[in-house]
Formats: sequence, C-alpha cells, structure tokens
Amino acid sequence: MKKVNVYVTLRESVLDPQGVAVKGGLEHLGFSGIESVRIGKVIELQVADDTTEDMVKEMCEKLLVNTVIENYEIEMGVLA
Amino acid sequence: MKFAVIVFPGSNCDLDMYHAVKDVLGEEAEYVFHTETSLEGFDGALLPGGFSYGDYLRCGSIAQFSPIMTEVKRFAEEGRPVLGVCNGFQVLVEAGLLPGVLMRNRDLKFMCKTVELVVENNQTMFTSDYAAQETIRVPIAHGEGNYYCDDATLEALKANGQIAFTYKENPNGSVANIAGITNETGNVLGMMPHPERAVEALLGGEDGKRLFTSIVKWGARHVTYN
Repeated sequence: MKKVNVYVTLRESVLDPQGVAVKGGLEHLGFSGIESVRIGKVIELQVADDTTEDMVKEMCEKLLVNTVIENYEIEMGVLA
Repeated sequence: MKFAVIVFPGSNCDLDMYHAVKDVLGEEAEYVFHTETSLEGFDGALLPGGFSYGDYLRCGSIAQFSPIMTEVKRFAEEGRPVLGVCNGFQVLVEAGLLPGVLMRNRDLKFMCKTVELVVENNQTMFTSDYAAQETIRVPIAHGEGNYYCDDATLEALKANGQIAFTYKENPNGSVANIAGITNETGNVLGMMPHPERAVEALLGGEDGKRLFTSIVKWGARHVTYN
C-alpha cells in the first residue's frame, strides 16, 4: 500500500466566503498583516502500490474535485 | 401524466413533491428509490430537495452514482421532463446534466424565507403558464445555492435562453442572480427555490403551482400512452 494526498483548493477566480470570515476572525484576535485566507481540503488515500498518478488524476476529475471551481495537486507515495 | 419522485438517502422534500403532484394537481406520482434501475412507465422525473448522502464531499456529488441516475440521464436525453429542486438541482449539476456548480451561500448562512423570482423565460415546458418577466413568490431553504459558472458558460446560458428564473434580490451570491436554469434542449430544469412548497394558499402562496401545470400541459401535447 502507499499513501496519496490530494490537495483541493478553490480556483483563484472563485470567492471564498469561508476564508474571508476566518481572516476576519484572525484580525479580531489581533493578528495583523494577513493578506488573505483561502480554505481547501486534503483527501488522503491509501492505494495499491501499482496505482499510477494518472489513475489518481482520473479519480480527481471524475469525483474528488469539481474542476468548475476547484484546482488540485496530487502528492504520490507519502509515507504513512 | 405519471411522475417519478426520486428518493435518495437524505432526501427530505420528497413528500412535498409527491403532495404537489398527486394531491394538488391530481396527477399520478410514485416514489422511486435510488436503488431502482428503471423509470419505465413514467413521463417525468422529479428530484427533490434534502441532503442526499449527507452532502458528503460536495452537495449532490455522491447521488450521481445511484443506480436510478442512469435512467434519469436516459430520460434527459430522450427529451422527457426532469426537474431538480434544491438538492435535486445540486445533483443535476454534479451529474453533468446542467452546467455550473452550487457553492456555499455568500454569507455562509442557511437561508429559509420566501423570495421574489422573475420568470426570465416563459417559453419552456416548465414555465409556459407564467407571463414573461412575471414576478412570483416562492420559498428558498438552502445553505449552498450560490450558483457559479465561468463567463463563457454564462454567455451561453443567456444566448440560449437557459436562464429560467432569477432572484429579484440576490440572497446567496449567485452569478447573474440566477435561481434556476435549463439545459440547452430545455427539458431539464434545476432551481434552488421550492415551487412544490408554494402550491396552496393555505401554505403561503400558489405561485409554484403553475410550474407543475406547465409540465402537465406539455405532457398533454407530447406524451403518448401505448
């Protein structure tokens, strides 16, 4: 088995109201100089050793990611 | 006309949809569970609101793999009426039957209130009983109804008359105030507001009823029974 991480982030052109709210919270706590906050998610997969990056890419395109609003990066073979 | 009300795990407006069609309009309706594989004998498919599969991953994203969705896609391709309301709309965009996506509301709040909609296109099988540019009052109840698509898609929606309803006052941040859109051929409608909850004066208004009477009128002209 090997571990694969998929990092899903919102596209630049898409407003992230959740990130805006969290930025406000950080500023409220007294942290200054925060340019922006954008929130994404990490999907951790444990897959068979012969799983290729192309196969993970297909998983992303077909289900894990909605490419209308989201970008993704694949990190293969992360140690568990 | 005989309508299939599709029931996913987590659907919670299926009873309202059934009530609107069966009790208020007096048409035939049956619940069809997500595990079914046939819509044989039905003339239209209704995808109700709710939280199918707990809205896991993204709202509507898991429901597209339900066995019944293969039949809903066939229905759509054959030109039969397919209506998705609220979570049903979210399922239709995730299934690729409608363009774009529904994101978290601009203000991150679940919104539950009656809003004013403008009928932007009354030349569809879902809106023919409305006047062009008519203002109607229909309730919304959603946390993720913020419609988004890229500029090219928006231009195509406008050019093809696919924008069926817009909000008079944008409650959720949707691009171009979009509340409901059809596919290019006009037989699949997705909308966040709930017409099935506005079919009786007793429950606050009847403006949603004409959406269903429009479909039934279309059915009377196009549905043939063998």
